[in-house]
Amino acid sequence: MTGHGRAAERSRTIELGMPTPASDPHRHLRGTEGFPAAAHRALADTQLRRNLGHATRTIRAKRAGVVAELDDWEELRRAGEAIKADTMARLPELLVQFEERVTARGGVVHWARDAEEANRIVVDLVRGTGADEVVKVKSMATQETGLNEALEAAGVAALETDLAELIVQLSHDRPSHFLVPAIHRNRAEIREIFLREMPDVDPDLTDEPRRLAMAARAHLRKRFLAAKVGISGVNFAVADTGTLSVVESEGNGRMCLTLPDTLITVMGVEKLVPTWSDLEVFLQLLPRSSTGERMNPYTSTWAGVTPGDGPQAFHLVLLDNGRSNVLADAQGRQALHCIRCSACLNVCPVYERTGGHAYGSIYPGPIGAVLSPQLTGIDGPHDVNATLPFASSLCGACFDACPVRIDIPSMLVQQRAAAVDAHTRRTGQDVAMAAAAIAMTTPGRFKLAERALGVGRVLAGRKGRISTLPWPLSGWSNARDLPAPPAETFRQWWARTHGGT
Amino acid sequence: MGARDEVLARLRTARDAGAPATPPIGVLSDPVVPRTYRSAGRFAPGGEQVLARLDETLTDYRATVTRVPTEDDVAAAVRAFLRTAGSVVVPPGLPEGWLAAFDGAVRRDEPACTVDELDHVDAVVTGAAVAIADTGTFVLDSGAPDQGRRVITLVPDHHVCVIRAADVVASVPEAIARLDPTRPLTFVSGPSATSDIELDRVEGVHGPRRLDVVLVGGLRPGEQ
Ligand code: SF4
Repeated sequence: MTGHGRAAERSRTIELGMPTPASDPHRHLRGTEGFPAAAHRALADTQLRRNLGHATRTIRAKRAGVVAELDDWEELRRAGEAIKADTMARLPELLVQFEERVTARGGVVHWARDAEEANRIVVDLVRGTGADEVVKVKSMATQETGLNEALEAAGVAALETDLAELIVQLSHDRPSHFLVPAIHRNRAEIREIFLREMPDVDPDLTDEPRRLAMAARAHLRKRFLAAKVGISGVNFAVADTGTLSVVESEGNGRMCLTLPDTLITVMGVEKLVPTWSDLEVFLQLLPRSSTGERMNPYTSTWAGVTPGDGPQAFHLVLLDNGRSNVLADAQGRQALHCIRCSACLNVCPVYERTGGHAYGSIYPGPIGAVLSPQLTGIDGPHDVNATLPFASSLCGACFDACPVRIDIPSMLVQQRAAAVDAHTRRTGQDVAMAAAAIAMTTPGRFKLAERALGVGRVLAGRKGRISTLPWPLSGWSNARDLPAPPAETFRQWWARTHGGT
Repeated sequence: MGARDEVLARLRTARDAGAPATPPIGVLSDPVVPRTYRSAGRFAPGGEQVLARLDETLTDYRATVTRVPTEDDVAAAVRAFLRTAGSVVVPPGLPEGWLAAFDGAVRRDEPACTVDELDHVDAVVTGAAVAIADTGTFVLDSGAPDQGRRVITLVPDHHVCVIRAADVVASVPEAIARLDPTRPLTFVSGPSATSDIELDRVEGVHGPRRLDVVLVGGLRPGEQ
């Protein structure tokens, strides 16, 4: 299906006003169909697979190059992991300290239990300024809450300013990657979107990336310079100083953080780190893991309001929206350590083939597969998010790539076992999963987990194809004619076919 | 219960319920994070090696670098970078001498320029608080008199930054230790760029599209 086709199909769906997704408060964290069915459709889209294959290959090579430059990379990863674990162990106290510092520096702190409450707070704040347009810099938290729709309902236009977000917004699409939400679009598709959706665009626009970037600059410039309200996310917030930071490339973040009179920042409570010096770890880990650069072009930090410089009104919305559920699970809470670098997406053989939309949540890929079901909770046996922990080959590449050492494979296995337990009586496959769950918690876990994968071979018929599997893999195997796991392990296969990057 | 108290109560309960059997690291009041990574860089701050590395990493990210031996040579280097500029904006405390050879219009940001004025000025000239050789980064501290409000380095399309040898460190940790976290800071690594189209780095989106750096010191006179 072409890009046009996808967008058209989606807008039809919206017009029909399907009741279920619209009323789900977690509609940005839960799709309308299970991963197997969504993946099946994505796999049939060859353009999508080409775009993704090209982009993820490029980024893997860049990342490997800059990671190799640091001989203390493993030490940095361990420090990052420990800082986040420490943050989770002290989260309530650190948040209170952070609130105090932000308030002392002229910021106003708001707390939101869920998406709806966060949106209400932001909408009221924007209304209070009288603005009918806001400029936004990439914020996953506000995607999670569906803030743009809430603003629109209140008569406020929300303008996404990140180039990829703008592409997604203009094409009425959904993001499919943390860092490059339009990673599923190639340059020719982007050109078409701009020609169709930007009223003032040069009709001779080519698909040269530089020309496309210039078109975005021209489209947004006047609106930045006139913006009254900016809305941002946060990469890291520092408890002991009240400092916030936004890590970006284009300068749209700086525009949103500097030019408006009012800045509203929406932050998931897990974005905290205890001290300023912790940034020395994350500002090394994040850019190298995400864009594969030594440093991203711009990182802005600020604390409250600075007289004479930047927004003179600053509001911070601290969002729970399911994070306390995640924190309550000893193993699952690691998902809150995520710094959204997207390295695990870029190395995932499943993500590379299906793309981000198949996960149904704004958090796709390996981390999305463990985070989304925890944030939403699993609502009965037919909750589509229960299929997400199966969206993986357990190859372990995500753990190796993760700059804060989140043990995604173990979490997937644990969540699979829980999903299967909750759903059916135990079958051979369930036992294999339970066995893998135990294996994954011991030191030689990847080796053992790979051996567990061999169970798939046992289940495969003579043609080397798995034809039937118990739920929830059943939908997956029916839909896809799943090849049996190969005799070589997934990791070997991945290293061989992807040149080790 | 209000939202604040309820969120905090939930988080307290969750924190205790989900506490790992053996906490991964220290006790609450004295967390022990293994900081075995490099806290100092491979090269000493301000030395020739660190300056040479900064020159390389800045250039890698498409900044143009001119090295000069002393502060007296800054004016000529700035003038050369501003050949195509008719007007510049500068922070209130920029050393007068740096623009001594520039013959275009100079607007000091005092009283503060409007955004519209900044949109019509050709370039901005500033100092920097610290620079990081490992990453090709310099940091602007909006509280420093030679760096100024954030907006003046954002709206003009051309930024000339003067970095003194003494402010150049090798690593990110050394830079973080020198910075004041309560001031608005901007870490700049190359001109604005995007990787959003097929993950190709394309320079020049919303921030300044041209970035020039004058690196002062570390050379013997006549060596430039
Ligand atoms: S889980 Fe790790 S690798 Fe994946 S996005 Fe988060 S921090 Fe990056």
